This record gives sequence, C-alpha cells and structure tokens, in this order.
Amino acid sequence: MGQKSIETFVGFFILLALAGLVMLAFQVSNLTTYQGKDTYDVSAQFDNIGDLKIRAPVTVAGVKVGQVAAISLDPKNYRATVTLRLNRSANNIPTDSSASILTAGLLGSNYISLAPGFADQFLKAGDSISETHSAIILEQMIGQLLFSVNKDKTADTDSSTDDASKS
Amino acid sequence: MIAFVQRVGRLGLSICTELGSASFFLSKSVWRKPRSGQKLHLLAHTLFNSGVLSLPIIIVSALFIGMVVGLQGFNILNKFSVTSELGQMVALSVVRELGPVVTALLFAGRAGSALTAEIGLMKATEQLDAMEMMGVDPLGRIMLPRLLGGFISLPLLTIIFCAIAIWGGDLIGVRWLGVDAGAFWSNMQSSVDFRLDVINGIIKSAVFGVVITSMAVYQGASAIPTAEGISHATTRTVVYSSLIVLGLDFVLTAMMMGGW
Repeated sequence: MGQKSIETFVGFFILLALAGLVMLAFQVSNLTTYQGKDTYDVSAQFDNIGDLKIRAPVTVAGVKVGQVAAISLDPKNYRATVTLRLNRSANNIPTDSSASILTAGLLGSNYISLAPGFADQFLKAGDSISETHSAIILEQMIGQLLFSVNKDKTADTDSSTDDASKS
Repeated sequence: MIAFVQRVGRLGLSICTELGSASFFLSKSVWRKPRSGQKLHLLAHTLFNSGVLSLPIIIVSALFIGMVVGLQGFNILNKFSVTSELGQMVALSVVRELGPVVTALLFAGRAGSALTAEIGLMKATEQLDAMEMMGVDPLGRIMLPRLLGGFISLPLLTIIFCAIAIWGGDLIGVRWLGVDAGAFWSNMQSSVDFRLDVINGIIKSAVFGVVITSMAVYQGASAIPTAEGISHATTRTVVYSSLIVLGLDFVLTAMMMGGW
C-alpha cells in the first residue's frame, strides 16, 4: 500500500476519534446542551421545580412536544423560571394552558405536562405560561399527611373526652 | 533449605535484571535527540498498523457491548420502572470502565501480539543486526515509531469505542425497547461529567497504551530468536499485558475515586 493511502487512512482514523471526542463532550457529558432546530421557546414560573432537569420532556396529554431548555432563579420573586423549548409542530397550544411538573413513576425523573386551555390565541415564542403547578415533593406530602393524621387523632380524643364528660 | 533460598534469590535477581534491562531499553528508545521530520512516515505506518487496522474489531465489539449493556440494564431497571436512567447506566459503565479496559484487552490481542511477532522475527532473521551494521540505529528506526504509534492509537481507539458503544446502547434502549430519547440523553448528560468521567477514562487508556506497547516491543526485542522463542514472547505479551491492564485498572480507579 502506498504512503499516500496510508496517510489518508491515518487521517480518517484521527478524524473519527476527534468526532467521537466531540460526541462524548457535547452529547454524552454536560459540557453543553443540545440545540434543536425548528423550535420556539416559552417560559413558565414555578414555586418549586423539585428535581426537574434540563432536557426533561414536555408533554401534552402524554405526547412529547418539547423539552426543558433552561432553568434559572428569578432574583425578584424567588421563583424558578423554566424555559420550555417546544417543537414547531405543536404550535397550537392555547395561551391559557397550565403547566405542571409531574413525576414519571414513583422514582422516575420529573417532566412537565401542559394542560391545554380554551383561549383562541396560541402560545408564541417569548410568551409565558402564567398558570403553573409546582412539583409535588414527597417529603412535604408525607409531613403534611402525618400532621393531619395527628390533628385528626387529637380532635378525636378531644371529642371523646368531651363525650365522656357529657355522659 | 539452602537450595530453596537460593532459588528464590535467583528468581528475584532475574526479575530485577529483566525490569532493569526493559527500562533501559525503553528509555533509550524513547528519549533520544529529535531529528529531521522524515521519521513521520514511519509513525504514520505504525499508526496505520496498530490503529487503523484495529478499527474493525474495536467498532464491532463496541457495538455489541453497548447493545448488551443496554439490554441487561433495561431488564434490571425495568424492575424498578426507572428505565429513563438507562442512558446514565450505559454511558457511565462504558466511559469509566468498559471502554478503556475492553479496548486495551482487544488492543493487546490485536496489535500487541503483532508488534511482538514482527520485532521478534526481525531479530530472528538478523534484520536488526544488519541495520546496525549499515549504521542505522534500530532503536530509532524500528522501536521508537512503534512505541509512539501504540501510545497514540490506544486513546484514540478508546474514544471511538466509547462513542460507538453509547450509540449501540441508544440503538437498543431507545429505538428497540422504547425508552424516551430525551430522558435517555438528558439523564446521561446530567450524570456524566466531562472531566471526572470522560477525561479520566482517556487518561486510563493512555496509561494502558504505554504499558501494552512497551511490553510488546520489549518482549519482541528480547525474544529468543527461534520460532519457539517468538511464539513464547507473543504469548507472554498478551498474557502479561492483559493481567497488568486489569490490575492497573483497579489501582487507577481507586486513585481517581479517591479524588486524586
């Protein structure tokens, strides 16, 4: 085999390795986020986003229509601003739709579900979704549940003592 | 009793002699005055032999390893219904462990044995001596390009292996078993750290490359110049370098996990 073709093959080999490194850097690890095409961004503010991650799916009725592009903290009102990158094909979402953060399964990752509203206008790039429901934090729920159970018990015992004193 | 002690002493001395001559030989081959760029075509040739010609076996085994990790991982994660974490599992196991180690083992079998046999045969047919008689230094002409070629090509092969294995996991997990592509890649991205996982994997493979290539070249150059001697040297190359790779992998992982 000639020197020229050997050098060509080695060049291809090195280019292939560089392409692999670029994939490992930008696609596999967290150096940057993937830029999709044919999308538009809308934002939504949540009181608590729980464990929501960038690139988590955004769904309407369970069908994926986009993904979370960015998450930041609003410095004025201390709420989380989530940028949703929606596909152009899903361009008929009403402006009064509501966004809620749900969990896939008991231990699964979080995603955003959009519930369509009834307005005639549709969401455009740069719009924001005003009606949002925060992530459900399991620990808080358990805490509230325990609290309410305890309250019920004390109420029960109070009423029973009342009954006893009456009788 | 004395005979036993004597045998232990002889063994120890021979190991030390071997290690010493190997390190002298390798340092003499690598640390030399850089001369004109005409050596580059020799380097290109060894890069072709040990890198490009290893590509088919690396690509095929990477694809299958990525696919089987995806399949096994899916079955396990499915029990806990957290299949969205499949990407993370595939990427971390490939980038941290399977990529560097399996590539190094394949490289030892594919390129290391070829290096040993080639140099051993050159020695057996007295080509090395003839070269020296002509005033060409065989260390610079034969050993150095082969050493450098191995040092360079194993990390490159490891990067290609990792990329293709992760693509194989995607093929099985996302295309076949129906894991959501966004969750697959986003969980992977959020859990794989470029410096801690990817760069450390490449550092590992660079160390393995130095070990395997040095072992192969030294075994070839120190082979007994007979047909049997060359076959023994080739076997030793593959066995020793595989064992050293597995042992070093543990040591390096322990060092990297310890925040070193």
